[in-house]
Amino acid sequence: MSPYLFYPLACLTIAGALGVVLNNNPVRSALSLVATLFLLAVYYIALQAHLVAALQIIVYAGAVMVLFLFVITLLNLSPDPADRTSPLFGAAALGSALLLAVVLGRALWATTLPGAANTPLPEGFGTTVVLARQLFSEYLVAFELTSILLLVAVVGAVVLAKRDPSPADMDAPAPGREA
Amino acid sequence: MLEFLNGLAAANPEVPGVLLRVAGMLAFGALVVFVFILPVAGITSWVERRVWARIQSRIGPNRVGPGGFLQWLADGLKNLLKEDVIPQAVDEPLFRIAPYLVVAGFVAAFVAIPFGGSLIIADLNIGILYITAITSLVVVGILMAGWSSNNKWSMLGGIRSATQIISYEIPLGLTIFPVVLVSGTLSTQGITAAQGWAPHTWHMFHNPFLLVSFLLFFVCALAEGNRTPFDLPEAESELVAGFATEYSGMRSLLFFLAEWGNLYVIGALVATLFMGGWQVPRFTDDPTLLAVAQFFTIFLKAYFWVFVAMWVRATLPRIRIDQLMALCWKYLVPMALLNTLGTAFFMVLFPEGSLVVRIALVAVVLAIIFVFARRVRFHLARARGLGYGAV
Amino acid sequence: MVTPNHYLALSAVLFAIGSIGVVVRRNLVIIFMSVELMLNAANLAFVAVAYGRGLMSGQSIVFFVMTVAAAEAAVGLAVILAMFRNRQTVNADDIALLRW
Repeated sequence: MSPYLFYPLACLTIAGALGVVLNNNPVRSALSLVATLFLLAVYYIALQAHLVAALQIIVYAGAVMVLFLFVITLLNLSPDPADRTSPLFGAAALGSALLLAVVLGRALWATTLPGAANTPLPEGFGTTVVLARQLFSEYLVAFELTSILLLVAVVGAVVLAKRDPSPADMDAPAPGREA
Repeated sequence: MLEFLNGLAAANPEVPGVLLRVAGMLAFGALVVFVFILPVAGITSWVERRVWARIQSRIGPNRVGPGGFLQWLADGLKNLLKEDVIPQAVDEPLFRIAPYLVVAGFVAAFVAIPFGGSLIIADLNIGILYITAITSLVVVGILMAGWSSNNKWSMLGGIRSATQIISYEIPLGLTIFPVVLVSGTLSTQGITAAQGWAPHTWHMFHNPFLLVSFLLFFVCALAEGNRTPFDLPEAESELVAGFATEYSGMRSLLFFLAEWGNLYVIGALVATLFMGGWQVPRFTDDPTLLAVAQFFTIFLKAYFWVFVAMWVRATLPRIRIDQLMALCWKYLVPMALLNTLGTAFFMVLFPEGSLVVRIALVAVVLAIIFVFARRVRFHLARARGLGYGAV
Repeated sequence: MVTPNHYLALSAVLFAIGSIGVVVRRNLVIIFMSVELMLNAANLAFVAVAYGRGLMSGQSIVFFVMTVAAAEAAVGLAVILAMFRNRQTVNADDIALLRW
């Protein structure tokens, strides 16, 4: 990726991430997150991870974030003054996060990746075929376990979110009779 | 397209290549939007009104231009000049951005839709996956419009739409799998190249499961595009105009533009995935002539399905939301899964495909069309006999 | 020249921002979104390293992270929904009891 694209996009991404954290309005936070995740997909394309980029948009922008927006609208969340921790705590969080960013960034920046610039990428790097072959050979067990995990998650989500007919409802008189 | 831009970048070394490439892409994209998408979406609106009118024994718009052909321009101009009302209680920035997101989602799909052997903006190696991914921007736009309007009709419309689109995305994706299995690639050009011009070489006749897949795909695509019988998000009789209730002027026009433009996307996808796309017999060696023929081939195939969608809209009543969900999760998803399995099984049995099966399927479809046409003729004749006049 | 290290640095910044969100915000849904942000920062690092080393494993891992994140979002949001139904709040400070 060219620097002319990278730096503006990086600024936008960081702005989006800050938007998630700083917006008072949950819906706006969620939309900032959508923008951030979308921009991440652009980086994935630049890094030759085309399939991952498409999955990123399908899974996050298409499904997970819609779910978030759904829950926010369902709960009718509005800006809430009690949403923030005390300023002192916030300042401490900011300080430690800055420290984290500096330490982590410094360490990652100093990492030398062999073959970053000089060796060409292997044939078919990032294509669906190569990724699929790897998923279905080297990571087959993990792949199958993931499918079980998804099944469990679906069942769990349904059980949790379903309004179970509580005993109180069952004992309650039929509508209209209490009058 | 990319080669041309790279050449341009090589010729002008003083300009950063990437900026030139971005500018070139934007210019080409704008060209596609203004020369192709806008007129097609507009004309589709006129055709749709005329087709409905015909089906309902009315005349339809016939005043502006020959046969009312320029009605879409008049409507567009009217909406452009109208005041853009922003109600006081809306969440203004989101309210303003939402229509653009919806339009961006559908316009971006055109990047990977082929118009001919060499006419494609970018032949992505994840083409079809890219299209399903990028159209999910529409959901975000619609939810945003519904929420920011601060109106219960908008809200309900937005939520219904989001439920519907993310639910139907699953069977839609599953019905694409068999096609990808058969052609061995995700690229839209690769999928077209795996088919021939003759009907029996089309993917929809590859095996019985793909024929079913094709029907399921069309149903799911209608639901994705919020078309009747799945147009619950903007059910006029219940929700005013759904998520678009508070919009006026240009912004409301953008929603309709996306809806009508989406029809062409649906048609082009059906044509590309199942009906041989732009494949034409090699009748000449002239590349320009061939490109023109290819363009019209896929355009007509796509427009046929646009017409079918209009026909469906004029014929079927809207279904209820619980029926919508039951249809998706209890019927379409299992059937689509079964199709994927069946296609894989078929490919193990006949790795090269089977000509007998292909021809038999073509014969079956022709027989169905024949029986249908005869019934239509019978009923038309009966209606005339009963004195309904010029039906 | 943008090297994979640039992407790694960006991912570190995103991760830190996500961590601020988890600590500072009290709304469970937003805490959740911040966690998603942190997961995605990690994904970016994986993809960047995969590119830098020419190994596809990084991209495979991202695939798994996405699946797990999607499952986590579904269950987590269901938990939040159930909690809201019982307590009429999604503020993390109000949900301090072990049982009720």
